[in-house]
Amino acid sequence: MKTLALALVAMFFTGPLAAQSQDLGQPVPEGGQVETTGVEASGEDADGGLTFTVTDESDWADLSIAIPGFAADRDVPTPANADGTGALGREIARVITANLQNNGLFQPIGPNGLPQPGFAEITAPAWGNWRGRGAEMLVHGYVRARGDGKLVIGCYLYDVALQDELVREGWVVPPADWRRAAHKCSDIIYARLTGESPFFDSRIAYIAETGPKDRRVKRLAIMDSDGANHRFLTLGSATALTPRYSPDYSKLLYLSYVDGNPRLYVYDIGTGRQTLVTQSANPTFAPRWSPDGQTILYSMAVAGNTDIYRVPASGGRSVRLTDAPGIDIGGSYSPDGRQIVFESDRSGSQQCYIMNADGTNQRRISFGGGRCATPEWSPRGDQIAFTRIAGDFNIAVMSPNGRNLRVLTNGWQDEGPTWAPNGRIIQFFRTERNSGRSSLWQVDLTGRNERRLPTPVDASDPAWGPILP
Amino acid sequence: MNTRFATVMLLASATALGACAKKAPEQLPPPPPTTTAPSTPTPAPTPAGPQVGSQEHFVSAVNGQNVIYFDTDRFNIDSQDAAALQTQAQYLARYPQVLVTVEGHADERGTREYNLALGERRANAAKNYLVSLGVDAGRVATVSYGKERPVALGSDEQSWAKNRRAVSVVIN
Repeated sequence: MKTLALALVAMFFTGPLAAQSQDLGQPVPEGGQVETTGVEASGEDADGGLTFTVTDESDWADLSIAIPGFAADRDVPTPANADGTGALGREIARVITANLQNNGLFQPIGPNGLPQPGFAEITAPAWGNWRGRGAEMLVHGYVRARGDGKLVIGCYLYDVALQDELVREGWVVPPADWRRAAHKCSDIIYARLTGESPFFDSRIAYIAETGPKDRRVKRLAIMDSDGANHRFLTLGSATALTPRYSPDYSKLLYLSYVDGNPRLYVYDIGTGRQTLVTQSANPTFAPRWSPDGQTILYSMAVAGNTDIYRVPASGGRSVRLTDAPGIDIGGSYSPDGRQIVFESDRSGSQQCYIMNADGTNQRRISFGGGRCATPEWSPRGDQIAFTRIAGDFNIAVMSPNGRNLRVLTNGWQDEGPTWAPNGRIIQFFRTERNSGRSSLWQVDLTGRNERRLPTPVDASDPAWGPILP
Repeated sequence: MNTRFATVMLLASATALGACAKKAPEQLPPPPPTTTAPSTPTPAPTPAGPQVGSQEHFVSAVNGQNVIYFDTDRFNIDSQDAAALQTQAQYLARYPQVLVTVEGHADERGTREYNLALGERRANAAKNYLVSLGVDAGRVATVSYGKERPVALGSDEQSWAKNRRAVSVVIN
């Protein structure tokens, strides 16, 4: 009963006070630099790499990778795992295996059902055993609890047929950050085998949804790229929408109804302080960061007419970028920060436009039929992802000149694409017809490898941050 | 600040208790004792009906026309909307102390951010019409809920038509 009363208090507690004192989250992991360390070379420290190139992904779909448990030099207690560093080694292998699954590139196996290599084997693999199991690639690694309480985690990738070390790296992490080492290891494996940039060591902000369709509770939440380290940042007393991580992960931009009106706030993750993006009585929507984190784009309705503005992230004077009658909203910078793709209904329906960062040279780019909404420029610069509305709502990509349109998904209502840091995978949210329930999904650029992301409750508005240092 | 905080907490708790009381009890309460007959006469009912300044009074006086509806992606005031807004304007002329907020809404078949802007545009269309009928602009606030607060829960044309709306709500 007490809990219920408290929850109800929270629900009715929608005054401005709540912004500062009631609806704050707990501190969030810092996401600072992970210390890299040298690791011992394997026995045959060959300089050879792969002798073939990655051109057709179908060649890779069968690439089997064995990922046995990481070996501990001594099985000692660690805050990272109740059962000691030996058990932690197996958990690290489990995280890497899960990361490399489901992207259509690899067939990772492990650590269950695989023999556990000893510490000495990490740099001298038992080649015959692994070849006998049909593994083409082999991941080895170790965990060592250092005297200062930190963990040293080493990671090695071997080509079994060539009996060759392809890449190795090591990291020193506080026990609480052991997953980041597992993600860093996944990243060097992915990058080495595909030639693409890494993306596993990154985080996602999104909106967690609960409750019936006409009284949805929407809370700001964050998690690692694989769904781990999940945190709710707001209580849900005020509707929260459309979060965006700052490029350095130190802040979140989002929309909150905490004072009764839709307004944009900057949430400082370190201090928990929340400040308005702009001191205006007008409603503000659709917050975005520039790639360097120095500028915030936002949309503001004045007497019903919505336009796009920019303001220095440190505060200061807002500059209006659009002045067309109608709704100009959203916006996403090109990676070099010189152009902005945005959406406007100035032609009569939602379409995508590009302008220079100062608002000049506005021109429509979407002519592919249907409507174009929520455009997001790829971190690689070569594609723009958007919500294509043509009957149903689907995620699509096109070149920045509007050509080469490809539809990647076929849900009833898929919207709000966000790019992986390497520009190869897109997350979005899918809403079910009638029930209104929503969930996070991701799809690669082929459109073939689509999967749902696990979240504790329903989820929408995903925003993928950049790769962590 | 602290006093205000305490007051708000108190109010919130009272509301919470009220909400709790409305919940169906898991067990029926014991029947009232029947041995004693009521000794005091039933008090005379206070004047019935909602008070001026309440949403009930407003909705009843405008005969439910505090809501207007829009076509898909549109925000124009059609003749039916105009009639409803005239009724609202008459009410506001009769009760000059009453302030209202026009809440703009969109159906679920739109992207989230666009729908927020669309709801704001609809709320302003209704507000502007009220102002054109002589209502002081300072008495009419607007807020957009986009697609966040549907009243009809289906995913069909009928439900969407009910959700594309602007609702006038009396500010207490």
